[in-house]
Amino acid sequence: MNYLIAVIFQPGFFVSGPVHTAMIIGGGAAIVSAWIGVFTIIRGQSFAGHALADVSSAGGAASFLLGINPMFGFLGMAVLAASAMEFLGVSRARERDLVTGIVLGAGLGLTALLLYFDVTTRSTTGAATSVMFGSMFAIPASIIPAVLIIALAVVLLVAAIYRPLLLSSLDSTLAEVQGINVRLIGLLHLLMLSLAVTLSAMTIGAILSTALLIGPAAAALRLAKRPGVAICLAALIGVGATWGGILLAYDSYNWTPGHGWPVSFFIVTIIFAVYLLAGLPGRRGRLGIPTTNRLMST
Amino acid sequence: MRNIDEMLIVDQLSVAFPGRQVLTDVSFTLQRGAFCGLIGANGSGKTTLLRSILGIQPLSAGQIRIDGVSRGNGFGSVGYVPQKIQFDPDMPLRALDLVELGLTGHKLGLPLPSKARTRLVDEMLAAVDAQNFADQRIGNLSGGQQQRILIAHALIRRPKLLLLDEPLANLDIRATAEIVSLLRKVASEHDITVLVSAHDMNPLLGAMDRIVYLANGRAASGRTDEVVRTEVLSALYGYHIDVIRVHGRVLVIAAGAANEIPAAIEQHTAHVTVIP
Ligand SMILES: Nc1ncnc2c1ncn2[C@@H]1O[C@H](COP(=O)(O)OP(=O)(O)OP(=O)(O)O)[C@@H](O)[C@H]1O
Ligand SMILES: [Mg+2]
Repeated sequence: MNYLIAVIFQPGFFVSGPVHTAMIIGGGAAIVSAWIGVFTIIRGQSFAGHALADVSSAGGAASFLLGINPMFGFLGMAVLAASAMEFLGVSRARERDLVTGIVLGAGLGLTALLLYFDVTTRSTTGAATSVMFGSMFAIPASIIPAVLIIALAVVLLVAAIYRPLLLSSLDSTLAEVQGINVRLIGLLHLLMLSLAVTLSAMTIGAILSTALLIGPAAAALRLAKRPGVAICLAALIGVGATWGGILLAYDSYNWTPGHGWPVSFFIVTIIFAVYLLAGLPGRRGRLGIPTTNRLMST
Repeated sequence: MRNIDEMLIVDQLSVAFPGRQVLTDVSFTLQRGAFCGLIGANGSGKTTLLRSILGIQPLSAGQIRIDGVSRGNGFGSVGYVPQKIQFDPDMPLRALDLVELGLTGHKLGLPLPSKARTRLVDEMLAAVDAQNFADQRIGNLSGGQQQRILIAHALIRRPKLLLLDEPLANLDIRATAEIVSLLRKVASEHDITVLVSAHDMNPLLGAMDRIVYLANGRAASGRTDEVVRTEVLSALYGYHIDVIRVHGRVLVIAAGAANEIPAAIEQHTAHVTVIP
């Protein structure tokens, strides 16, 4: 037993500074992604989430060039892209997909250019991998307070507008009838989405951050019967996958001596596995946690 | 405060979309407690009229007063059941959660459990006969069951006026009869004025005491037997229309060579039978 634990938690795991930082930032990113991801899926805006993440990579690439902390690059670009989508904004789903796709293309083109400059001026390919696929163990601890503030802000804002956000995500007419400003709610959702994407872009990279945003939430939607339960479950899955991925990546230094495997690979793989498991027949919508005697014979 | 007899006054209402006049000079009045059908073919402007009454549709002209008060915005004593909502089966939301959102959807902060609210939700579920499936995901319910839940969602704020947009579309004969009698029951028990839109008036014939008939962007209103008559509908369509009653059903028929019948009627063949 002790031997098993020693194999799983390799020496130094619990005292390693980079591991601590990765766990805090990864956990924050997972929680924020879960809170907002559930609504993103209900609204049918997963593609917008993916586009914001991809576009934010241009900001990441720019910050390498300028030598600033990538978080501010990711953040700036994601917010910019969200505003662009809202500005070009259209309500019809089809047109929305088109606008999203066009913003996405423009953003990735910029990324290509900036990464090219990164590589040519610094003669290193590290920037590209780090921006696109993340490098969790290289995150400086100094960024922790900023990450926690962003995470807290998103969680508090979602809590504040929880019901209007839920109702307008379900059906905008029902929300409008109750006097809810559907447009404002949509804007706030995009804004929080860009914050969530920023955090996960730093964690598992811009390209993969959709996995953290959509994966746990999608698995939770398969299982849960109530929105609150879905959010908590998504947060649990996200944090579990992130921490599990960090652990396995740390262990992997011993599998291929000298260099470990990327954390992102493990995180994304765990999320994928959980999503598949959640789809097994007989599990759908089971997690209702009935609070009253309403469970009927049906 | 004086209790005004008119629950709804629509006065010379006109609504236009870019390049298209949808409603022209529509006027009608609903007395308190009326059960009124809003009848018109696809595209005749039923949804537009209901959205105007709700205050979520900009008007080009005219006035709307509800219970003596001018309409400012959609928030207030009007309940609304929108046309065809598709809930995805994956939505993590139980039917009873949707009913509760009818009361609290606009509120800020996280929902805290409340005994009084639970009781109210239960009462609404009972009113629409939905207790048996209240605990299921909304997306897994049948069309008729979802319709009941949406009615409860609208009723929970105790509206004085209830607008329903095509609640009978996509229902089979039995579900149609059930929803109609449910609406009648709810209207009389809760003392609500009801305006329900439909492209086919026949399922509502036994229930409605008033009718607003939309055609060509204009409206005729009154008792059913006053409005659904050859002269009235012919004037509305601007073309000779026959109204025929057989076996307790009403048929509205445009007769004439196909190339003579105005496009406005031809487009409306879902409602008006065209006999070549
Ligand atoms: N947002 C809009 N922009 C432009 N035209 C519109 C808009 N909404 C409705 N219309 C037009 O106004 C007309 C009336 O539409 P409306 O939805 O009110 O009809 P309806 O009677 O509810 O039809 P249905 O029975 O199909 O629901 C239609 O011709 C439609 O094309
Ligand atoms: Mg309509």
